[in-house]
Amino acid sequence: MGLALVLALIVAPEDVDQGISQRIFYIHVPIALTAYFCFGLGAWKALLLLWRGEERNDLESYVAIHQGTIFGALTLITGSIWARASWGVWWSWSSNQLVLFLVLFLFYCAYFMLRFSLEEGSRRARSSAVYALFGVVLIPISFLAIRLAEDFIHPTVFTREGPQMTGPMFATFCVSWAAVTLLAYVLYRVELAGKRLDADLRELREVLQ
Amino acid sequence: MIRARDLEKRYGRRRVLAGVDIEVPPAGFAVVTGPNGSGKTTLLRVLAGLAAPTRGVLEVNVNRAQLGYLAHEPLVYRELTALENLDLYGRLYRVPERRERIGMLLERFGLWDARSDRVSTYSRGMTQRLALCRALLHEPELVLLDEPYSALDQEGADLLDRELESLAGSRTFVVTTHDPRRLARLATTTIALA
Amino acid sequence: MNYFTDVATLTRKDLRVELRARDTLPAMLLFVLSTLVVFHFALPEGTGDEAAYGLLWVAIVFTALLGLARAWVPEQEHGVLDGLVLAPSDRSAIWLGKTLATLAFLVAAQVVALPAFVLFFAPLDATALAGVLLADIGICAVGSLMAAMAAASRSREVLLPLLVLPLAIPLIVGGVGAAISPEGERYLLLLALYDGVFAVLSWASFEYVVTE
Repeated sequence: MGLALVLALIVAPEDVDQGISQRIFYIHVPIALTAYFCFGLGAWKALLLLWRGEERNDLESYVAIHQGTIFGALTLITGSIWARASWGVWWSWSSNQLVLFLVLFLFYCAYFMLRFSLEEGSRRARSSAVYALFGVVLIPISFLAIRLAEDFIHPTVFTREGPQMTGPMFATFCVSWAAVTLLAYVLYRVELAGKRLDADLRELREVLQ
Repeated sequence: MIRARDLEKRYGRRRVLAGVDIEVPPAGFAVVTGPNGSGKTTLLRVLAGLAAPTRGVLEVNVNRAQLGYLAHEPLVYRELTALENLDLYGRLYRVPERRERIGMLLERFGLWDARSDRVSTYSRGMTQRLALCRALLHEPELVLLDEPYSALDQEGADLLDRELESLAGSRTFVVTTHDPRRLARLATTTIALA
Repeated sequence: MNYFTDVATLTRKDLRVELRARDTLPAMLLFVLSTLVVFHFALPEGTGDEAAYGLLWVAIVFTALLGLARAWVPEQEHGVLDGLVLAPSDRSAIWLGKTLATLAFLVAAQVVALPAFVLFFAPLDATALAGVLLADIGICAVGSLMAAMAAASRSREVLLPLLVLPLAIPLIVGGVGAAISPEGERYLLLLALYDGVFAVLSWASFEYVVTE
């Protein structure tokens, strides 16, 4: 399955011979959208944890946010490459998308610092969950703030009427988006399974002692 | 009053309580014994509702207003006086005739003369006595005491003995201690933690 | 109405503790004044007023962090927080009481700092001051909650700024915008939105942070 993903990722940009900057767009935007989705999923699991108190939600929320942060970092990197390709600079404070992701990246890095500095248990799970909820609320508010603060230079791709892309471009974009989402999903399941295995092994060890 | 089955409490990998069964009837007096690190304090925290058990069933038939808790720590502000501390808790617990009740308790535990001194000036024994006042201020139905004698001097211990004598039978008690003999007379149940 | 009585009781208690201990407010005052003086030396000759407003906000945020770092210390001593959590009052009242008290300290520090800023650097109009007040509310609301989270950890002094700073960014945007932009009202609206949303979120989630 992983191979199919990688293939899809490479094939998609190859489809359109538009130059490097356009090709990066096909990766950059889906990655950004996936990051948002992961943060949203993390917040949802966090809400479930606080609401229903089922322990597994803590791990699922953590893994979702972990994935989101990885994809967030990738957004920053691909965004930076795109900026270099399009405007000749590695960073631009005028790019609202980039700035927003920088703020979110800092926020979610602090999430991990929070988790690492608290002892495992109900306290840590609950504090992490509350923080995850704050994150997802921060996204729109930060966006508003950044918009108010900066000039809007980042080219809009999706206008109110619809995507400013021609048919085949749009198709390629969707394929790429699907591929990235699938990749994220696979990574999520793999990490979650890995962490659950860890926890089960630990329990087994304790029982045997 | 309290019913617990197969209680477990773990902090991550550390298991502090395991397989604990408890039953304490109303007006019962339960004494919890066990060596250091056996989880006596944790058990009391779980019963008080400050910690949630990771496994097992727990039933405690009182709400927060009817629960009195003496912790390892005194739970009083260092910078405030005894009067101010008790006044604060008196308001939060909506104690009727607050001032009279505070005065009475301070006198019963021999703190009346020091009532306007900051807790930071108190000796350990006096702080512990104030903590006891705090725990009993709102006439709780269920009283949880974590090693109440540990920080008390002889005078304080005698005062506590007298207080427990008068209250046992009309309220439910769960008391942890290193020295079960002291409370042997009052105890209706003993819980031994490994 | 019991709820507000509890909040009043708790806020009064916080003010009284600070009055006795006298460690937080003087520190905040001195810190903010020292920072302003440092800024004079840090700003190169010929820098416009706008840079000064930016630095004002940096000063405010770090002064607030100083106050917040000490906010829950009285409750950490002797384990008092457990005592408050066990009381029959609503746990969110504990948060609200603490937020109001911290806000009082921050405003008190600013009553000295803002005139000093006007004296040293640049004027502040009504919109700017409204921005300061609204941002104060935001940072105290969110900061009290974060400080409570951090209080349980080993590395609380380091953790608190890390948790608060990303959340403070919209507040800084709002505050600076209110001070320098001709359309200051938009920034006040942003601040009001932030306050509304995050205050409610903090109020509702405090219970979960202090209980298991």
